Amino acid sequence: MEGQTLSLEGIRAGYGDFQALFDVGLKVAPGEAVGVVGPNGAGKTTLLRVISGMLKPKAGTARFGAADLAALPAHALPGIGIAHVPENRRLFPHLSVEENLKVGAYIPSARKHFAERLDYVFGMFPRLKERRRQLAGTMSGGEQQMCAIGRALMCSPRILLLDEPSAGLAPLVVAQVFALVQRIRAEGLTVLIVEQNVAQVLRVVDRAYVLEAGRVVAEGTSAQLASDPMIRSAFLGGH
Amino acid sequence: MDPFLLEAIVNGILLGGVFALPVLGLNLVFGVVDVVWLCYAELVMVGMYCVWFLYTQAGWPLIAAFAACLPVVAGLGLLLHQLVVRPLLSSPPITQVLATGGVLFILQGGAMLIFGTDFRSLGVEMPPMEVGEIFVSGTKLIAFVAALVGAGLLWTFLKFTYVGTAIRAIARDREVMPLMGVDPRRIYLVASAIGGTLAGLAACLLVVQLDVHPFIGLSFGPITFMICVMGGLGNMLGGFLAAFLMGVIISTGGFWWNTEMSYVVAFACFIVVMFARPRGLFAR
Repeated sequence: MEGQTLSLEGIRAGYGDFQALFDVGLKVAPGEAVGVVGPNGAGKTTLLRVISGMLKPKAGTARFGAADLAALPAHALPGIGIAHVPENRRLFPHLSVEENLKVGAYIPSARKHFAERLDYVFGMFPRLKERRRQLAGTMSGGEQQMCAIGRALMCSPRILLLDEPSAGLAPLVVAQVFALVQRIRAEGLTVLIVEQNVAQVLRVVDRAYVLEAGRVVAEGTSAQLASDPMIRSAFLGGH
Repeated sequence: MDPFLLEAIVNGILLGGVFALPVLGLNLVFGVVDVVWLCYAELVMVGMYCVWFLYTQAGWPLIAAFAACLPVVAGLGLLLHQLVVRPLLSSPPITQVLATGGVLFILQGGAMLIFGTDFRSLGVEMPPMEVGEIFVSGTKLIAFVAALVGAGLLWTFLKFTYVGTAIRAIARDREVMPLMGVDPRRIYLVASAIGGTLAGLAACLLVVQLDVHPFIGLSFGPITFMICVMGGLGNMLGGFLAAFLMGVIISTGGFWWNTEMSYVVAFACFIVVMFARPRGLFAR
């Protein structure tokens, strides 16, 4: 199947008078894994919110294939293949794991393939299958992250947007989550991942953008960025 | 046990079944849309007039009048949402409450204008049935069973369908729903239609027990809100259980003292519960 390219040009966005993004451009080709790194408050989450339609940009264009993302309502975006795992996971703690996954399969095209997709997600996260009847809020942080990723995968997306999947997790669990991200992209899914954990994320993505105070200040392949003296001193604790 | 006390308890449970429907409807709408329909009891009143009119004036069979009442009140719920609630979704709660409170007076006044202040009766009453030592009203028993069936259907819908699951999800986190392809505005409409349907069903069950008049809403509206708050506003199961508790309190209060006193007792219990558990009896 033909993949679609995600491309952002000259994006300006913010909340009220506060501008969080200044002329941000970004491209993610089909099958690529791309990272957006940067310090807290750099505008990383805002960038994902613009892509998934939660926040409309004040200027600039955002396209996924031929679709103009700013022209579509947010709830139409899963239908064109965009799935967003939001910051802090945002599971429904009072619903069971399986019910959370069911909400993820809400769109008509996903309902038709619910059983298949459930098998796929349970195959990827056997832990979720064991706990399918458990309330999502009672699971560990790592399990909840798996459930949030599983919920996003239920609609058979083309591109997966991950917002800080490592936040609040123990180092061992962080390694597991990144191993899963690697597996997801190995299956051909396009991944855009926003992270503060720069060292880890550079190991799983092909390319990355460095965002600072709402502007892209650097971009390159993972290898280039990992050896860049500025990046090393700012994010990797190197000298 | 004293058979009269037993009878009072049984009647209380039957009464609770009828309270349960509007309580579920109000809680559903509040949980999903986050707006209290202050005119809920008046929606029930309109449904009662609808059944009364179709049965006694238009000469429809009773079952047909019931069947017509449900979509009429469901439609009224949709109109209420589209015309009054939706434009005020981002307004302060007090504005929303006053607006739906305004609809209360419009419906009351409208009913008075069209039907006058007379008490209207369907004139159908089934003979009481003797169960063991006690007498149970056949109408109340049927109303109770119908209320349980209605609640069961609602539960099945919320538990097993995609839209029902989304309704339970949106009650907790509305902002995240579009990420799963859920249009909250559509879920609001569905919840408003179901809220209206439950009011319509409650109307069918009440109109065979009570005479309808423009102010009938006042006789069960306040108690419905009280039950909702007592069970935890937005908490469907809590409200459902509180409805039976309140039914029994009112009915046995009438047994110990008298009917007027029983409502005083019910309100006193409510106040005690609010002091002990401000977020509702069944708040988690």
